[in-house]
Amino acid sequence: MNAPDQGRLALDPARHGAAIALAVIVIFNLIVTPNFFQPQTLFVNISQMATIAIVAMGMTLVIATGGIDLSVGAVMALAGALAPLIFLSDFAQANPALGLIAAIGVPILIALCCGVFNGLLVSRFGVQPIVATLILFISGRGLAQVLTNGNLQTFSHPSFSYLGTGRVLGLPFQGWLVLIIAILLSWVVARSTFGRQLLAVGGNERAARLSGIPVHRVKIGAYVICAGLAGLAGLIVVAINSASDAARIGNLMELDAIAAAVVGGTLLQGGRAPIFGAILGAVIIQLVKYTLLANGIADEVALIAKAAIIIAAVYLQQARKE
Amino acid sequence: MTDLIEMTGIGKKFAGVIALSDANLSIRPGEVHAIIGQNGAGKSTLIKVLTGVYRRDAGDVRMAGRDLSITSAREAQDAGIATIYQELSLVPLRSVTENVIMGYEPRTRLGLIDWKAAHDRTRQILTRFGVDIDVTRPLGEYSTAIQQLVAIARAVSLKAQLVIMDEATSSLDDQEIETLFSVVRGLKQDGVAVLYISHFLDELYRICDRVTVMRDGRTVATHDVADTTKLGLVTEMLGRDAGEIQAAGLTALSGGHSDPGPVLLQATGLRTRTGLRGVDLTIRKGEILGLGGLLGSGRTETARALFGLDPLVSGQITHHSGAALDNPATAITQRIGFLTEDRKVDGIIPHLSVRENITLAILPQLRKGGAIDRAREREIADHYIKALQIKTAGMEQPIRELSGGNQQKVLLARWLALEPEILILDEPTRGVDVGAKFEIQSIIRDQVAAGLSVLLISSEFEELVEGADRIVVLQDGRSVRELHNPGLTQDALIGVIAQHQNSEVAA
Repeated sequence: MNAPDQGRLALDPARHGAAIALAVIVIFNLIVTPNFFQPQTLFVNISQMATIAIVAMGMTLVIATGGIDLSVGAVMALAGALAPLIFLSDFAQANPALGLIAAIGVPILIALCCGVFNGLLVSRFGVQPIVATLILFISGRGLAQVLTNGNLQTFSHPSFSYLGTGRVLGLPFQGWLVLIIAILLSWVVARSTFGRQLLAVGGNERAARLSGIPVHRVKIGAYVICAGLAGLAGLIVVAINSASDAARIGNLMELDAIAAAVVGGTLLQGGRAPIFGAILGAVIIQLVKYTLLANGIADEVALIAKAAIIIAAVYLQQARKE
Repeated sequence: MTDLIEMTGIGKKFAGVIALSDANLSIRPGEVHAIIGQNGAGKSTLIKVLTGVYRRDAGDVRMAGRDLSITSAREAQDAGIATIYQELSLVPLRSVTENVIMGYEPRTRLGLIDWKAAHDRTRQILTRFGVDIDVTRPLGEYSTAIQQLVAIARAVSLKAQLVIMDEATSSLDDQEIETLFSVVRGLKQDGVAVLYISHFLDELYRICDRVTVMRDGRTVATHDVADTTKLGLVTEMLGRDAGEIQAAGLTALSGGHSDPGPVLLQATGLRTRTGLRGVDLTIRKGEILGLGGLLGSGRTETARALFGLDPLVSGQITHHSGAALDNPATAITQRIGFLTEDRKVDGIIPHLSVRENITLAILPQLRKGGAIDRAREREIADHYIKALQIKTAGMEQPIRELSGGNQQKVLLARWLALEPEILILDEPTRGVDVGAKFEIQSIIRDQVAAGLSVLLISSEFEELVEGADRIVVLQDGRSVRELHNPGLTQDALIGVIAQHQNSEVAA
C-alpha cells in the first residue's frame, strides 16, 4: 500500500526499476559507446525497437487476460512471407495501387485469422494458452516456408518499403506508428468497455463471467489484436530489409515481446496492461542489444543479458507485492 | 506463571494509515485465547505481526520472557508458532504424509527420506486426533475438515507451543467443527496454547478461556470468557450502547409484512448435472424468498441454475419477460443479480479499484460509443460508497486492500447499481463482522421495501427465519416443503428439515 503522492516523489526501485534501468543504459552508452549521440544511432534504434514494441503491446493485452501468445514470431513470418508474394504477383504488377493495398491488407487479415484461431482454442475449447499458441508457433513458420518454397525473396518496391524506411518529420515512420498504436491501445485499456472487460477477465475470470462479461469474446479479442499487430510487425521487418526470409522473420520475437511486457510491469498472472510500459521494455531490450553489438560483444552474449533483465524485472515485481 | 506470548504497545501503519495502535495481547501457556472484533479492527494485522509476516513499527513481542523477532514462516515454526489459515497453505496434490513432514523429513542413514518412519509418524499423530485415513493418498482427496486437521497435525509434529487458528471453522459443517473442537481441547491438555480468531461468538463460549476484544486497531479489553455476556462483547466490539443493539434485534431483517406482488419468476422441476433433482419455486415482486436446507441440499446449485450458470437437464425457468435465462449476461440484462458465496473466488477483481468493481455488472449501461461514461461511473460509485458506508480511502483504492466486510459491501453495491428486480443473495453475511452484518441486512430490507425481490440463501437459520416471507426447504436437490411467515420459528424450520431427513431414511 503506497500513497500515490509518495510513490511519485521518491525513486522506489520496485516502481521505477525500468525507468532507472533505461537511464543507466543511456548514460553508460553516452560515455562508452562511440557515436552514440548521433541521429543515425537514434534512427537505427527506433526502427529496430518499433517491431519489438508493436508485438509487445499486443502481448501485453494477451498477458493481461492471464494468457500468453507464443505464435507471434510465426505470425510475423507468415505475414512477411505473404506480402512479397502478393506485390510481386502479375495482378499487382498490373494494378500497382490495388496490389499494394492487398499486399498490406491480406497478410494482416491472415494474421487476424491466426488470432481468431488462438483465441477460439484458448476460450471456447479451454486449451492452455501455451499449448494452444504452440500450434501456430510451429506450423505458422512452416506454412510460411512452404509458401515461399523456403526461398529468400528479394525485391525493390519503394512504396511498400516506406513501412520500414520512410521518414515523417525526420523520424522513422514505424516510430510514429508505435506512438499511434500506443495512444490508441492506452485509450482502449483505460477508457473503453473492452479494456475494462479485459482487465476484469484477467483479474478474476469467474467473477467476470458472473458479472455478465462475455469472457470468450474478450479473450478472442485480445489474441486477435495481438496477432494483427504481429502481422504488421512482420511487414515492417520485410520492408526494412527489402527481403523476406520465412525462416528468419520474427525469430525469437515471442521471447523479446514477453520480456518487454514483463519489464514494462505486466503481471504474468493477468489483470494489468501497462501499454507504455511495454514500449519502455522494448526500448530497454533494444538498447541492451545495441549496446553489446556496438561494443563488439557477440550476439549470443546479448541473449544472456536479456535473461538477466527478465530476472531483474520479475524480482522487482515480486518486491512490489509487499 | 510467565505468559507464553506477551505483545505490548504494538503499532503498525500502512502508508500512513494506522492499522494498529498500542495493541496488547498476552497468551498463557495451554490456554485457548480468542480475538474478536469487526472486520478491519486489526485482528489479522496483529497476528501477522506476531508471525513475522509484517514488521511492527512500535512495541515489543516476547515469547516465554524472551524478545522475539520473527521474519519468516520458517522462523515462526522453529520458534514454536504454527498458523492454520482459513485458506490452507498445504499442497493438495502431495500425500498426507508429505504435507505433515514437509521441510522436516526423517532421513535414513543414506540421507534419503525414510518413508516408513514418515508414514508411521503421520499415522500416529492423526490417530491422536481421531482421524484414521490413508496417509499415502493425496491430501486434496479429503474434505476441508480433514485437511485442516492435517494442518494442525503438522503444527503439533513441529512441537508448536502456540497454534493460531484464523477462521478455522468457517468452511466446516457441525460434525467437523465438533472434531476440531475436541482436537483443540486435546492440544490444551498437552499444554499447547491456541489463539482462536472467529466471527462466531457461540464457538467462543464453547472452547475459549479468555477473549481479547479489538476495535479500530486497538485492543479494547481482555476478559475471562466465563465473566462475559454476548451482548457485552458485541457492545465492546462495536463501541456502541448495549440497549441500542438489543432494540435492533438480533437481525435487521424482518419478513412476513409484505403483500405478495405479481410473480416474476417461476421454476418447475429443475434438474441439473450439479445435483438438482426437482426444484420448484416462485419468486414474487417485493418479497424475500428463503432457501432452507443443509449443506449440500442444493441451495447454491438452485441459485446457479436460475442465474443461467449451470445448464438444465430438464425443467423450466419462466421469467415474466419471456427471456430464456441461459447465461449470466442474459440474467443481468433482465436485472437479476447474484451475490455469490465466495467473495474471493467469484466476487472481487483484486487489481481493479472500488469504482471499477462497483460498476462491473453495469458496463453495458455505461457504454457511450465504445467508451465508458466516466462521469456517470464516478457518480454511481460515489453514490453507493456513501449509501452503503463503504470504508475506503477513496473510490480509486484497489478492492483487495479493503477489509472483508467492506469488500462484501462493494459487491453488494455492484448488484444494487444494476437496480435489480431480483437479487440472489448466497450467504450475504458470511464471514463479515457483526456490525457489517447489521448494515448489510438493513440495506437489503430497505431495498425490499422499495420493491426488490430477494432469493436468500443462509446457513444461519436465524437470518432465514426472521428475514424471509417464505422459505422453500431443499433436501438432496429437491424442494420438499414451503413455509410461510409470519409465524415461522427456527424450531419449525429445523423440524421440517429433520422430518424429511427421517422420512428419507424410512423410505
